Amino acid sequence: MNKTPNQKAWLFVIPVFALVAFNAVVPLMTVVNYSFQETFGSNVFQWEGTRWFKEILHSERFHASLGRQFIFTFIILLIQLPLGIAIALTMPKKGWGVPVCLILMSMPLLIPWNVVGAMWNIFALPDIGFLGNSLNSLGFDYNFTQQSGDAWFTTILMDVWHWTSLVVLLSYAGLNSIQPAYYQAAEIDGASRWDIFRYIELPKMKKVLTLAILLRFMDSFMIYTEPFVLTGGGPGNATNFLSLDLVKMALGQFDLGPAAAMSLIYFLIVLLMCWVFYSLMMKDEGRT
Amino acid sequence: MSLELKNVEKKVGIETHIYSTNLKLEKNTINVLLGSTLAGKTTLMQIMAGLDKPTSGEIWFNGENVTGKEVQKRNVSMVYQQFINYPNFTVFENIASPLKITGVKTDQIKERVGKVAELLKLSAMLNKKPDELSGGQQQRTALARALVKDSDLILLDEPLANLDFKLREELREELPKLFEDRDCIVVYATTEPLDALMIGGNTATLLEGNVIQYGKTLNVYNKPENLTSAKVFSDPPMNIAEIIKSGEIFKIKDNNVQWKSNLKIKDGDYKIGIRPHNITTYKEGNNSVEINGKVLITELSGSESLIHFTNGKLNWVSLSNGIQQKNIGEITKLFMNVDEFLYFDSNNRLVANG
Repeated sequence: MNKTPNQKAWLFVIPVFALVAFNAVVPLMTVVNYSFQETFGSNVFQWEGTRWFKEILHSERFHASLGRQFIFTFIILLIQLPLGIAIALTMPKKGWGVPVCLILMSMPLLIPWNVVGAMWNIFALPDIGFLGNSLNSLGFDYNFTQQSGDAWFTTILMDVWHWTSLVVLLSYAGLNSIQPAYYQAAEIDGASRWDIFRYIELPKMKKVLTLAILLRFMDSFMIYTEPFVLTGGGPGNATNFLSLDLVKMALGQFDLGPAAAMSLIYFLIVLLMCWVFYSLMMKDEGRT
Repeated sequence: MSLELKNVEKKVGIETHIYSTNLKLEKNTINVLLGSTLAGKTTLMQIMAGLDKPTSGEIWFNGENVTGKEVQKRNVSMVYQQFINYPNFTVFENIASPLKITGVKTDQIKERVGKVAELLKLSAMLNKKPDELSGGQQQRTALARALVKDSDLILLDEPLANLDFKLREELREELPKLFEDRDCIVVYATTEPLDALMIGGNTATLLEGNVIQYGKTLNVYNKPENLTSAKVFSDPPMNIAEIIKSGEIFKIKDNNVQWKSNLKIKDGDYKIGIRPHNITTYKEGNNSVEINGKVLITELSGSESLIHFTNGKLNWVSLSNGIQQKNIGEITKLFMNVDEFLYFDSNNRLVANG
């Protein structure tokens, strides 16, 4: 059969090209453009080469916020994954409890991020907030606006509250896809509850857990709105995570060049980490 | 050694899954539970294994009442329709798993796994993981796991249903041999009458939570106690008609097909059951009756031909050897083998055969 060349197909691709160009390529190129130049008012630019990249990579401020970011994400993953799996394991598999649990679990995910920040801000206020007031009346010296430890504690608690449900829902879906015969077979073998978890549930949940780790890593690594509303990065720079720092640099100090260079580095780090995670976790999958 | 169910009943909510059942399975036997889906085969097996408790009734094993005894404390293995293996264990580790849990020594594990693997032709794949194996090999692994420990009771719940035709044939032939010299009771659930016949042993026919008949497989097939049991144990479905007997003449109601027989049963109304392979396009046996059929459809399998036909109110199936190509709507002459007819009384109980 002879194929007749037909270039009309390109016409169908144009809308997608246009869309992607407007929402990804054009903004990204603007950032790239800024990152190599010094920007003055009234659209005056001066070529700076790789100066901003070098400056950012050597800046202590960047190192500090990057470090904070890694610690935060690490703690988040360390708490949310085991907790999410544990909650999913205890959720009922049939009956009226299923919809109740699913709705309860979805609630935090449906609340807008700035509302979550505002809620927790009020909730944690040392004088009038329920959490802050209770902690203080229990004898703890708790004040998240003044003590960095408290600020971290509150930010982490808020993130756990907001996002553990995602891990729960994914794990729950993974658990429900395991056929009951697996549990029976293990029971017949005389396997303990831990054996069942370790050798059946965990391997069967591998794919959804990979997804959960990736999603939680990316989201927590780019967290902005909630700590912005809750602590604004403070006290001092205690909870000044990467994206908070980036916005401060770009919009607070209007250092567009360094900010652009920083966002490119930031973007590359996220991309690299995701790739490393993904290829590590999918290492054994190629054979099937 | 024997397994006995005494008045076992299973209810879930208001639904009854198993009606009061009495069944005694003897040592060194293979017992087939034959019935369509939802007949209660799996439920019955889970009750036998101890995975599920009966609502009422008792289970006795070796003269001991084991009702409510946990499955872990019984010596049971089970193979499922789905290929159930530990996903991230190798074939060796999978087969060894029931032994490891009971604390068998390492060198002994190696020896026993090796033996079973040899038996099931898995020796070459001991280091592979289940998802690298074909369906047939995965099911062999599951079978090996069931065979490696010396269970008193081995339950096979439609183990061949998810395999393709060739593998099913192959494994079905091997299965009875695997259990030949083992000291255990084997229970095999299936929806296919052919499975029961090929496996032999004993068969229990099941319908909607009732055990209809239990006995030697060939006995149940040749002399079904009642019409229900005959229907369950017939594939393609049995042809049934109401007949009137007067003297030596047997006549299908509202039809002019009739035949003579000197069966010693009272005159009156009966039902006959004719298996499809006893209606053929050629004469078989010494006594045959002709019946004209209007062809609905012909299904050819190469070695056999299924002809669905109507005659008056009858809507029947015939099964003949070879390729018998018929056109739809064609009137064709078929022969019924009178010696193989099953006669049932008004209560659907078998009164005579042949």
